[in-house]
Amino acid sequence: MNLRKLFAGAAVAAVALPVIAVSAPAGELTIPSLVYRTGPYAPNGIPFANGYADYWNLLNERDGGIEGSKINLIECETAYNTQQGVECYESTKGEGAGALVYQPLSTGITYQLIPKASADKIPVFSMGYGRTSAANGKVFEWIFNFPATYWDGATAIVQYIGDREGGMDKLKGKKLALVYHNSAYGKEPIRTLEVMAEKYGYELMLLPVDHPGQEQKATWLQVRRERPDWVMMWGWGVMNQVAIKEAASIRYPMDRFIGVWWSASENDVLPAGAGADGYLAAAVHAPGADFPVHADILKHLYDKNKGAGERDRVGEVLYNRGLAAAMWTSEAIRTAMKMHNTKDPTAAQVRDGFENLKVSEARLKELGLEGFTYGIEISCANHSGPGRAAIQQWDAKAKKWSIVSKFYDRMPEITGPLIEADSSAYAKENNITARSCN
Amino acid sequence: MGGEFLFFIETTISGLMAGVMYALVALGFVLIFKASGIFNFAQGVLALFAGLTLVGLMEKFGLPPWAAIIATVGVMIVLAWLIERLVLQYLVNQDPIILFMSTIGLAYVLEGLGDIMWGSDVKVLEIGIPQGAVDWLLDDYGLYIEKLEIVAAVTGAIMVTGLAVFFNKTRIGRALRAVADDHQAALSVGISLRTIWVIVWSVSGIVALVAGVMWGSKSGVQFSLSLIALKALPVLILGGFTSIPGAIVGGLIIGVGEKWAEIYIGSLVGGAIENWFAYVLALGFLLFRPQGLFGERIIERV
Repeated sequence: MNLRKLFAGAAVAAVALPVIAVSAPAGELTIPSLVYRTGPYAPNGIPFANGYADYWNLLNERDGGIEGSKINLIECETAYNTQQGVECYESTKGEGAGALVYQPLSTGITYQLIPKASADKIPVFSMGYGRTSAANGKVFEWIFNFPATYWDGATAIVQYIGDREGGMDKLKGKKLALVYHNSAYGKEPIRTLEVMAEKYGYELMLLPVDHPGQEQKATWLQVRRERPDWVMMWGWGVMNQVAIKEAASIRYPMDRFIGVWWSASENDVLPAGAGADGYLAAAVHAPGADFPVHADILKHLYDKNKGAGERDRVGEVLYNRGLAAAMWTSEAIRTAMKMHNTKDPTAAQVRDGFENLKVSEARLKELGLEGFTYGIEISCANHSGPGRAAIQQWDAKAKKWSIVSKFYDRMPEITGPLIEADSSAYAKENNITARSCN
Repeated sequence: MGGEFLFFIETTISGLMAGVMYALVALGFVLIFKASGIFNFAQGVLALFAGLTLVGLMEKFGLPPWAAIIATVGVMIVLAWLIERLVLQYLVNQDPIILFMSTIGLAYVLEGLGDIMWGSDVKVLEIGIPQGAVDWLLDDYGLYIEKLEIVAAVTGAIMVTGLAVFFNKTRIGRALRAVADDHQAALSVGISLRTIWVIVWSVSGIVALVAGVMWGSKSGVQFSLSLIALKALPVLILGGFTSIPGAIVGGLIIGVGEKWAEIYIGSLVGGAIENWFAYVLALGFLLFRPQGLFGERIIERV
């Protein structure tokens, strides 16, 4: 009996101790990080998670946190699985003084968290993914998806194609194919591309690829038969690598094959070797480790063996995306601190920080990120920022991406009515009264 | 019209080639099921583990491809021995469902082990398998066939012949068949069940290596490789769980069937039907031949 009590006591202590250990001191900012370092999509999840972690750790190491408040980053493994992602949310939202913001890193998880986080009053920052119509801050008070949505991405890609063809009027009669992941994510740009097809007179060919996308022969045989003038891709994970290889195999010209920013990493092009040379993809930030912030990361973290990943992978496309996500989030927290004059902001105050976020190009320079991306300004009505995207190109010989176009502005006349219609439908379904603001 | 017919030929050949790739995965399942009655849930992960080990040995230890392949074969044999020692020997005479459950656990352990040992990145597999279209066919006849798939087809043919000889002409092969027919009868004539299990898991591990190499050459070696097992299931249902020729013929039927379906029916219904069409095709066969095309018909007398 005594032995049983001893075991029971030990078990209680074992459960209680970690909770005691993580309860945060005053002034500590709790940032859960939903990552996927395992599972089929891990190759993409790891660099993002490393970039995200490195930036937060850099702030802790170099600056002593944000405005003097240390960051407590809590990683939770989702394996890119929606159910696990929701479990991560539930298990971390009460950590420390309460989670301040979530970066779900999956459109599926984002869709599940939109109602939950809105009810719990915790902001969600689905950076460049998730529900596009969350751009309407009047309806989606707690969700932010800047700097650009998938619909912005679609308009940027079509504008680039228009430029290459010699003008948007030259799109008439052209055939554009969309090879997409047959999921909520992959289907996002279809409506926008259809509306643009009506306006500019191109023919849109839709080619869905089922998860995970290891076998795409039938898709690319159809591309070979129909010979579209351009192929766009909304892919993820192994689907990207196989698609680029198949396109190279059927000798589809790589400089007429454009992926969205989630089909744009080194992982996606390297398996195809020289065949991927010239492949294009949308981008919302620059690739590479040539920015002062990267030098700081190497100096303050990697030189001290505190880096989250491998030193030579700092600056990869998805690493930089994680870094950008952490940078904008930290600036939102800083804004919240200044707005509410506190070192200890609540999640609701951080939401205010997001809604009043302004990271100008001058501020980017101060952060060691001059030319890394464009300036943004978020408002109550606009949670998706300026919605600009450029096109980057892969050089297989140098194994390097470079930006090869200007940053295209979004086309509000195309995406505006779609966002309005979708967010209104959501508001109606969920009995949400839209806020009145600009 | 000529162009359309050529496209039909191209689709059919691509389907046949894809079918061989599916059959390579299905073969591993068949071998273990045939010899031990275990449906090995970990077969897809075995292919991943073999592929990861091969690339890992080449990248981290600088081994040339031939040496890395031999070393990986060695690793797969040691792994088979460990699986028998640590898992299977404790489960002799247990229900098939218990053995099946143990392979689910095994899949998770191997996936974690592969991750710890070699990392989760996409690894480029370059062992000299030619890539891209066969140029002269494409340039002179407008016919698109991939070199990798031809290599897979030839490898598949060699492997099936080798396995047929192994099962029918060698002493160990006959012992394997004896164990498959009746565990207890085999034990009573002095066949060591444990040795047989090590051998069959080793052979299955080598088949998994071949599948891992072929699929890894296609997409890079990465963790989604374990999902190729999903492609093998309809092949098994169709071809029968106990027949090596069944795995091949099943693979070919599924491969061609899904390509025809995707291209000629898919475009009418919005596309992306090839994955579930394979299962529908397999279920259709089940209605008429529950044991699969070449599976053994089980007759149980009351």
